[in-house]
Amino acid sequence: MNKELTKNLASGHSACAGCAFPTIVRTILGESDVPVVISNATGCLEVTSTLYPYTAWKVPYIHNAFENAAATISGVERAYKILKKKGKIKKEIKFVTFAGDGGTYDIGFQSLSGALERGHNFLYVCYDNGGYMNTGNQRSSATPFGAATETTPSGKMSFGKMEVRKNLMDIAAAHGVPYAAQANVAYLPDLKKKARKALETEGPTFLLVFSPCTNNWKFPTSQFVSIAKLATETNFWPLYEIEKGKYKINWATEKPKPVEEFLKTQGRFKHLFSEKNKPVIGQIQKMVDAEFRRLASLVE
Amino acid sequence: MTKNSKKLALTGGYAAAEALKQINPDVMAVYPITPQTPIIEVFSKFKSDGEVDTEVIHVESEHSAISACVGSSAAGARTVTATSSQGLALMNEILYIASGLRRPILMLVSARALAAPLNIHGDHSDVMGARDSGWVQIFCSTPQEVYDKTIVGMKLAEKVKLPVMVIMDGFNTSHSVENMEILEKEAVQKFVGEYSPEKYLLDIDNPVTFGPVALQNSYFEFRKDLSDAFDTVEGELEKIYEEYGHISGRSYKKIEKYKLEDAEKILVAMGSVGGTIKDAIDKLREDGEKVGLLEISLFRPFPYEEVKKALKDTKEVIVLDRNLAFGTKQVLASEISHSIGKKVKSVVYGLGGRDTFQKQIMDLVKGDNQSGYLL
Repeated sequence: MNKELTKNLASGHSACAGCAFPTIVRTILGESDVPVVISNATGCLEVTSTLYPYTAWKVPYIHNAFENAAATISGVERAYKILKKKGKIKKEIKFVTFAGDGGTYDIGFQSLSGALERGHNFLYVCYDNGGYMNTGNQRSSATPFGAATETTPSGKMSFGKMEVRKNLMDIAAAHGVPYAAQANVAYLPDLKKKARKALETEGPTFLLVFSPCTNNWKFPTSQFVSIAKLATETNFWPLYEIEKGKYKINWATEKPKPVEEFLKTQGRFKHLFSEKNKPVIGQIQKMVDAEFRRLASLVE
Repeated sequence: MTKNSKKLALTGGYAAAEALKQINPDVMAVYPITPQTPIIEVFSKFKSDGEVDTEVIHVESEHSAISACVGSSAAGARTVTATSSQGLALMNEILYIASGLRRPILMLVSARALAAPLNIHGDHSDVMGARDSGWVQIFCSTPQEVYDKTIVGMKLAEKVKLPVMVIMDGFNTSHSVENMEILEKEAVQKFVGEYSPEKYLLDIDNPVTFGPVALQNSYFEFRKDLSDAFDTVEGELEKIYEEYGHISGRSYKKIEKYKLEDAEKILVAMGSVGGTIKDAIDKLREDGEKVGLLEISLFRPFPYEEVKKALKDTKEVIVLDRNLAFGTKQVLASEISHSIGKKVKSVVYGLGGRDTFQKQIMDLVKGDNQSGYLL
């Protein structure tokens, strides 16, 4: 494998074939010109990269627990501040947290909010695969409306998850962070640009990255990029950034594809294509359109 | 009084903050909870006045306080925190991770009751709940002890690579003023020394992975290693106490004995109730009762051998627990019973800050109270 590509996260980790997060991690860390220290929430990335006695991490790394990756990096970052002041550490170091959507939207929400409010100098990256994939596909507050999971299965009385995803980007931005951006593993130049900007910005920064899960979204391993691409082309996952409170959409088209194009690629939405559930697809289309209009209205 | 020491009247909470100021740790991550607040308020004032270099992280919960401590300690910084009660209960998950990762974090605890019902006053329910989490637990009975054992605890943690709790009774000790003696800052600094960890996150050229997954083939060994580390604590603590005796003139032991030599009845207790018991013993002895007190200072690891030696010839042992264990024998009573291989008289006192009076102790020793409670 390309040595430059694997200089931070080695090959040989045990993530599934067709998993998006190795690409996300490597792309983001590749944009740092200075050494990095990582904190990682419990989840797929953690268990597939640190199985003792091996580690895929070629950079200093700490996994503490599920809900406290942001609090953990808070401690690391302040330790750095004081030890640098005392002259015990000389080098410039950047701090990056990786967590899934469960560790970010749900159980790690308070820890993240606290760290953003306190203004630690770090980048928080949420790889969002829309559910608890490490424990076998249960719903999180990032699971899309209509998706079937093991805890929101479709059935006679249910079309899957009946609640709308939490809008974490706006919540992060409401902390007054200098930079927050939504990105997608299928748009690497855009992800690189955002990672570089986030790493170069002083203070807490936030990246929310679309990360398809082959196992639990139920699609062939070869498809993760094309499915991720459809998410943006349908406006299901717009690429945008919020810099010092200013919204900017990074990718748009006159004619977005119907959301159905995205939904039909994955087993988790299969039940929506039954006669009974067809109206749900219309509902999702309306939600996607409304959210994109709202986003566009926020751009000056 | 030794050379260059200073006499002051301080509360236990202030004494803890004073000791922490002299240690001047790199990082303190804290969240307020009664009756721990005096410690972090006084320390924050030291910070605001430029008397310490410490980075104080005012986190949004105790869970994040101990999580940030694990991060800071793994990063290579000398790290401290303080809490009480619900706060310690909220930290519980990460207490095990702190010890599992062998982080030498020092935590001051103003021991307090656990809800429900809500109660902000002193007892040992909180620290008893954390007794098997892989932390060394040292009890203090006076503000002087809090000051001394904070300094000792920091050195011990780094020596044995285990997290250490230094415990005072909420309000009884944390808010009570006592005349006490503090050392010069330089003496304390010299005593605790520089913290130089072997492996740490900020050592960029030697990357380490902290907190990996360990399955059936290695998890067991990790936990056994942690258990084995506890076997070194008693010996190291003895050495550190001795060294501390040289600079302070105050000598401490894992267990403290009061009038045990000829005692036919021995009371066993931990924390601030020791003073009340000693006064009761003095009065009882005037009436001819041969009674003494054994105070347990080091609770984890539990000094079974020394306790056994101290109690072996005693006719009657009465153990006071400031914690109520449900559906089982009381915690300290069980430990003592295990140490000496026979039954002890077990009594629960002081829950939720309930005062304990000399007369209650005297009635207990005389056999007038068989209820099992000092209600």
